[in-house]
Amino acid sequence: MTKARVATVWLDGCSGCHMSLLDMDERLILLEEKIDLVYSPLVDGKEFPENVDVALVEGSISTEEDLHKIRLIRKNSKVLISLGDCAVTGNIPSMRTVFPLEKVLERIYDENATINKQIPSKVVPRLLERIVPLHEVVDVDVYLPGCPPSAENIFFAISELLEGRTPDLSSTARFGA
Amino acid sequence: MNTESGVDICTLIIENHECGGRSNQTILEVAEENGIFIPTLCRLAGLSNIGACRMCLVEVKGSNKLMPACVTKIQEGMEVTVNSERLAEYRKLTLEMLLSERNHICSVCVANGHCDLQSLAQKLGVNHITMPYIHPLMPVDASHPRFIADHNRCILCTRCVRVCQEIEGAHTWDLMSRGTKALVISDMNKPWGESESCTGCGKCVQVCPTGALSEKGQAAGEMLKRRSFLPYLSMMREVGK
Amino acid sequence: MNQDDLANIAVQTKQNDSRYDHVIKVCVAAGCLSANSEQVKTQLESEVKQRGLEGCCKVKGVGCMGLCAAGPLVANEGNEKMFQSVTPADAAAIIDDVVDHKPAPSAIVMDSNLDFFKRQKKIVLENSGEIDPERIEDYIAADGYEALFHVITMLNPAEVIEQITKSGLRGRGGAGFPTGLKWITVAKASGNRKYVICNADEGDPGAFMDRSVLESDPHRVLEGMAIAGYAVGAEKGFIYCRAEYPLAVKRLRVAIREAENIGLLGLNIGDTHFDFKVEVRLGAGAFVCGEETALIASIEGGRGTPRPRPPFPAQQGLWGDPTLINNVETFANIPPIIRRGGEWFASIGTEKSKGTKVFALAGRVKNTGLIEVPMGVTLREIIFKLGGGIPDGRRFKAVQSGGPSGGCVPEQYLDIPVDYDSLASVGSIMGSGGMIVMDDTSCMVDVARFFMDFCMSESCGKCVPCRVGTTQMHNILDRITKGKAGPKDLELLQRLTGMVKAASLCGLGQTAPNPTLTTLRYFMDEYRAHIEEGRCPAGVCHPAKAEAEVSA
Repeated sequence: MTKARVATVWLDGCSGCHMSLLDMDERLILLEEKIDLVYSPLVDGKEFPENVDVALVEGSISTEEDLHKIRLIRKNSKVLISLGDCAVTGNIPSMRTVFPLEKVLERIYDENATINKQIPSKVVPRLLERIVPLHEVVDVDVYLPGCPPSAENIFFAISELLEGRTPDLSSTARFGA
Repeated sequence: MNTESGVDICTLIIENHECGGRSNQTILEVAEENGIFIPTLCRLAGLSNIGACRMCLVEVKGSNKLMPACVTKIQEGMEVTVNSERLAEYRKLTLEMLLSERNHICSVCVANGHCDLQSLAQKLGVNHITMPYIHPLMPVDASHPRFIADHNRCILCTRCVRVCQEIEGAHTWDLMSRGTKALVISDMNKPWGESESCTGCGKCVQVCPTGALSEKGQAAGEMLKRRSFLPYLSMMREVGK
Repeated sequence: MNQDDLANIAVQTKQNDSRYDHVIKVCVAAGCLSANSEQVKTQLESEVKQRGLEGCCKVKGVGCMGLCAAGPLVANEGNEKMFQSVTPADAAAIIDDVVDHKPAPSAIVMDSNLDFFKRQKKIVLENSGEIDPERIEDYIAADGYEALFHVITMLNPAEVIEQITKSGLRGRGGAGFPTGLKWITVAKASGNRKYVICNADEGDPGAFMDRSVLESDPHRVLEGMAIAGYAVGAEKGFIYCRAEYPLAVKRLRVAIREAENIGLLGLNIGDTHFDFKVEVRLGAGAFVCGEETALIASIEGGRGTPRPRPPFPAQQGLWGDPTLINNVETFANIPPIIRRGGEWFASIGTEKSKGTKVFALAGRVKNTGLIEVPMGVTLREIIFKLGGGIPDGRRFKAVQSGGPSGGCVPEQYLDIPVDYDSLASVGSIMGSGGMIVMDDTSCMVDVARFFMDFCMSESCGKCVPCRVGTTQMHNILDRITKGKAGPKDLELLQRLTGMVKAASLCGLGQTAPNPTLTTLRYFMDEYRAHIEEGRCPAGVCHPAKAEAEVSA
């Protein structure tokens, strides 16, 4: 049996969803028999590969880089899972949207900076005015809300997908937990 | 409640169940007596019903209008549909509208895990919001020594307004402005802590369906709502009539 | 005050007027007043004085003559001679023309044979532009209060309602509910006290039918209300008028005072046991207060928000008592129906929509103003005959009937008859009678956005579908006009329109999607052009396609 090509991605989130992923503990070994982790902050791959079967994406779309990444991920993945509240709702990162972007930048890089006060214009990706969930930019196949989603739910979602079923998480997954 | 004498017994069908009730009862009351679930949000037993959130809309055979079950009186021979594809879609859209309207960040909300909006969204299968979030900048009023009003979480159900007016009798809360700009205010838009009419009873905090009104000193998920006083008070109110 | 007294006033007033060989009427309704007609009137009066014509020539302020676009308007008594865009400097020329038959300069002479005037049928507006709205004697001389006397002395309430039912009159506020049926419901409702409310909270942008009636012929509305009070058993009436109509409010108050002074309102009207008092209440500028339950809440002193119906106001209205609530134009139709019989009224109009309807014709049409036509005339006749067609050689694109929540009707339906049911069949509404004509310089997406903006700002915020739904729909429409929307937005827009229409609490939310729904139905190509090609066919919007920007 060929292993499913699985990717996990960390956009604008706290990596708590990835912590929850690791919380699957010994079940990770079970999964290892069925999947190939082809891309992840946990492995050493720099480019998002082609022909990914399942992509789990944590975090919201907050920068131009996120935009670019999520479009590439969507193009190269068969199933895209919106992993956790940041990806599903915008969650905490989106709390920045209520403030004008220039005020946010001033606050961080000027008012609160102790040295080298300047608003970066190179190297760091440009911030978006509105922070949005993944599905506002690309089509999403599975929504796995929660902050973070429980290890059980993540395991269940991946297992179901590997069995060719669409996971129904309505009884266990909700916003905020 | 209807105080007129001519109260009849009606039989009707709700979601294929034959039910009976008094003609001064609402569809929602009879449905609940018969164990049929109709989702509600602005409604809280013990307070007056206003039919505002539109979660409890049902179809009544012979009428092309959707009826709010919380305020629609039963009638003899009525046939009520609670669950249809259309109603499910409308309820989901209603919840999505509420979640998109202000800043409901469940993960850091004091009411996380004890929120009517959050649990209804889960129950009705709202796992993402199909419309853009509006992200308005909303005020937080922490001027009261014991309570906080966080308008980011307010869904304008007016349970607080009603409990304060109808049960506590203080009428500290009311609404100002209209549309999405509508805001629950204390007194004539004074900070809550400076309100002269507020008795500090905290009923509004307990009936609030979300984390909009909470007790101070609670971390995320810690604000449990204690509503055990309501049935007792509403019973007293009925007796007093 | 009895019937003879009334007849005496009528005879005397007519005798007084017949002393004059010439009567020069000057419009003093809001439209012409704002174009300086008060000074025109003063100048005409002093010109008459100067020429020593006081004995044979009378200058009289009258209500609206209809063709507001050409104001200030002046006419002689029989309207054979009409003058437009008159300035105080034209006073001498007008008197030369009317009295001495020396033709006035062609610039101010108006063709009184215009289709605009010829094709109208006036019932509601029969006194508008004819009588002095601030003199009750003028109204009485025009058969005013005759119907009230007839009703309270000759008919019992059931007989009154029978005439109204027979007439087939339907509510002119917009929904078209049969007036007779409403009256029966209130008459039959049990309650110690009952009320009659006149809804004069006309809030549709571009609509001024009720305003004009109140400014031109306020007694007609009072008489209609008193008849209604008698028919349903109410002794108290309220007129809920928007504060933005100060002239209408002033004339109503004058009219109420005059009617009370001579015993046509108040206690023991016409020496009978019938009492009826009327009070004016001012609205504070909320569109939603035109919705009857919100209006009632506002009169009660509460926040003007609607509540679910049933119970209908006819069962539980003002302060919980049975309340009859009708629109200005509905009440204005009552006296002529009583005077001439329900059957006469029912002979006018179409099978299901009887009588006439007043429309405020506005937008891209030559003759903007107020018209009254029999139900059943076609939109084409209204726009191209009465309205004189589209100015500047532009092409007709759509007409919106029924105010901010009416639908936009395209060219292919211009031949439908104007009645409640035909308009509904093409996705629009009769509404209160606003009619806005649009030509090819209008972008229909922008039009939909504009009206959604209005409904969004006026949503009271009580129910979720209207409060958030109008905002979400507005945001999508706004994004489309800015070229920042995708195909998914169109899909969401369509879902929202259906839901908001079906799930909203009151008429405001239930009809708010209409302009969007009809423009989606009839002008989808314009939506597509904005979204797919980043192009606004009418050249109104500038939908520059933004690169790499998030859809919203």
